[in-house]
Order: sequence, then structure tokens, then C-alpha cells
Amino acid sequence: MSMRIAIVDYGMANLRSVQKAFEQVGHRADIISHPEEIEQADKIVLPGVGAFQDAVATLREKELAGPIVRHIDRGKSFLGICLGLQMLFDTGYEDGEHRGLGVLRGTCVRFDVDQTLNLKVPHMGWNQLDIQRPAPIFAGLPAGSGVYFVHGYHVVPQDVSIIATTTDYGRPFVSSVWRDNVFATQFHPEKSQKVGLQILSNFAGV
Amino acid sequence: MLTKRIIPCLDVDKGRVVKGVKFFDHVDAGDPVAQARRYQDDGADELVFYDITASHEGREIMADLVKKVVEQIFMPLTVGGGIRTLADATRLIQAGAEKVSLNSAAVQNPKLLAEVARKFGRCATVLGLDANRVTKDGVEVWEVFVAGGRIGTGIKVMDWVKQAESLGAGEIVLNVMNADGTTAGYDLEMTAAVSDAVKIPVVASGGAGSPQHILDVLKQGHADAALAASIFHFNTYSIGQVKQFLADAGVPVRLV
Repeated sequence: MSMRIAIVDYGMANLRSVQKAFEQVGHRADIISHPEEIEQADKIVLPGVGAFQDAVATLREKELAGPIVRHIDRGKSFLGICLGLQMLFDTGYEDGEHRGLGVLRGTCVRFDVDQTLNLKVPHMGWNQLDIQRPAPIFAGLPAGSGVYFVHGYHVVPQDVSIIATTTDYGRPFVSSVWRDNVFATQFHPEKSQKVGLQILSNFAGV
Repeated sequence: MLTKRIIPCLDVDKGRVVKGVKFFDHVDAGDPVAQARRYQDDGADELVFYDITASHEGREIMADLVKKVVEQIFMPLTVGGGIRTLADATRLIQAGAEKVSLNSAAVQNPKLLAEVARKFGRCATVLGLDANRVTKDGVEVWEVFVAGGRIGTGIKVMDWVKQAESLGAGEIVLNVMNADGTTAGYDLEMTAAVSDAVKIPVVASGGAGSPQHILDVLKQGHADAALAASIFHFNTYSIGQVKQFLADAGVPVRLV
């Protein structure tokens, strides 16, 4: 039986680019929206745009949050993208304080817009990955590879050993995490041209 | 370090590119996918498709175009032109657009910015703005224009950009009409004033005629990105050439 990659559709994200990007590198990926389909998948991809609070609430409402966490607990492969990274953490501070999925310890906070840094928020555009731990999804990437970011919030893990890459925006922030078979990126591999396709291909192969 | 973005703009009429790069080889220059691929390979950081059809039918065709492009091109895509309602924005984002650019409709109904931002996030919500230097009673005013730059609104540029930011815009594309199409350079003064007044990224538009103009607007104009159509359309310069020029001048850019 061939490996099943499932992209979780909870009505909050553009999933077609993710699906087509997997197809481009030779892997079928199904868009799924029912809890039982998560159980059947070997690998799950959780994309996301929009607000932290709405996204987590929608996952719970559609009874997808539990199956996603169980999938991760079983040690199966998981890829979170953007909000799909942020929601893994305990708490998000976008418009108040909101509980996340709690898979990883830590928080999701707004970029510090302190005057001395004079940063524009959202952090929008191409920036580089500084690899802290060589996660298998980054295998074969040239040093300083550029990837596409568009976000106003970033994660702060309690356990710094899960940090896979950092990226510099005024100061370094966590641009991806890796723990066992859980991979999650703040940037958008599906919008990051060749580099992004390589990352998705690597994920399909882990 | 975050790189400065170079963004080619492609005008689309009834699903066909009418102002894109002119090919020397046997490629269909009206084909959005061929255009997008060419710009992607040349190092474009994002693409803007601007719908000039301005009809309901046009918006349907635009969503189909986006679907076709995102099946083959893996880079950020912004769609502007003719987006009047949350439903229009939804259709385009669900088709695969990263961002939607709201222009006239946002002036007529500022709440639209908030609605789109609420549903898809600030990051997907772009304010497109046609600005014009006009003289009223002997005093120069920077005025917001709508309807493709045909109608003055009496709204001041600086007021509108701050309001749009507070409503939920995550980016501003500032097109200065006096400079647009002149290829004599961007309006550095207005671009810098807008960029300094808001905390969100500002994309400069209108007037690019040379790599030096782009360098100027990124440095003196404090722009976070530069949008251009004509110089890429007429093959005056390639995106690769512009980026190399910027890199040599010490501007952080992504070279492919």
C-alpha cells in the first residue's frame, strides 16, 4: 500500500498550492476534512492562514484537533505550515490569550515592534534559514537558502532543543521546529519555489 | 536578513495577459502560466495579476486563471483589480492567491478591509492605492483616486494609509499616478512619507524606468518592495539584471 499524505482542510487555508506542490515532486496528497480520514493517513500536513483563535476553534469544532494530536502522539509524520506551526504550541497571543493544541510547550507572540529595530510587521518576503539542527526535511538545501514568509507572529518554544532553524528579522526568531516526526515551518514551502519543493519532497520521504 | 522584493505586475484582460514580458521565442505571451514561469525563473519574488476587465465575468475568469497558475508556479501571488466584496476576495484566495489587493472598493466601503483581514488575516489583505499630486487653491495635496485613477475622492493619502492600516491592511501598494508610466522614476518623497507613517510593508509602484530608479525607491523611498511593469514587459531589463544591480549596491536581494 502506498504512503498516504493527507492535507487537513478546515476551511481556513489555501490547500491547492500545497497539494499541487506535492504532486510536482511526485507525491499524491489528498485533501481531507473528516476526523476518520486523519486516522487513515500516514502523514498529515496542517496549513493555515488567518487568526490563531479562529483556526484552533475551527479545528475543535470540526473534531479534528483530537485526531491530529493522536496522530502526532503515535509518532506518525506531521508537517505544520505557518499557522499550522503556531497552533502546535500551548498559547497564542493574537488578539488576547488563546489555548493552542498544546503538542509543544511554548507560546506564539507578535513581533516585537520596538522603535529601535524599526521593523515592518507582518514580516513579509524572502528571508534565509539558519540551520540549528539538520532536520531531515532540510536535507540537500544550499546554505542560506531563501524561503517565503508572511506572518506577524512567531513561536517561542520552551524547549530550545526543538528549534530546527532560526531566521534573522531584527533579531533571530524561530523559523522551524523539529521533534521526532513533527516538523513545522513558519515559512511557506509551497510558495518557496525550488527550495520549498525540495523541503516538501524531503517530508514525503522521511 | 529580509530581502527587498522585486514584483512584476501583469495586466490581465479576460484571462489573457495583455501587459507582460514580451517573449522573443515561440511562447504565447498572453498565457498567464507561461508569463509566471518566465518571471519565476528570472527571480521574481512575487507576482501581481491585475484584472483590468472590471466585470463580474472578469472576476470569474480571474479565479480560474489563479487556479491554473498555482498548479504550476510555486510562489506568492497577489490579485488586484475589480475586487468589490468579501465573496470576490474569498473566491480568489480559495483559488490560490496569497493576497488580494483592495482598491476602489476599500475607499467606498472601508469595512471591507476589516472583513477580509478578519477572515484571511492581515497578511492576505493588501490596500492598493492610486495617489495623485493635485493642486487645490494653489496648495499641493496628495489625493486618493479611485476607478482606475479617474475619480478624485478628496481623501488625503496620509490619512487613508493610516486608516487602512488600523482597519486591517497588512501591506500597501502605493501607485503614484503622476509618476506611473513615465519611466522617469518613482515618487520618492511620497513613498518615503507613506512608508514612514505606517508599520506595515509598503510596495512602491509607478515610474520605474531603470535599475537605478528601483534602487532609489528602496533606499531613499524607504520602500520594502518595488513593483514594476513596463521595464520588464519591454525587456528593457530583466529581473535578474535589476537584482544583480541592487546586490552590487549593497541592497539585500534574493538571487536565483
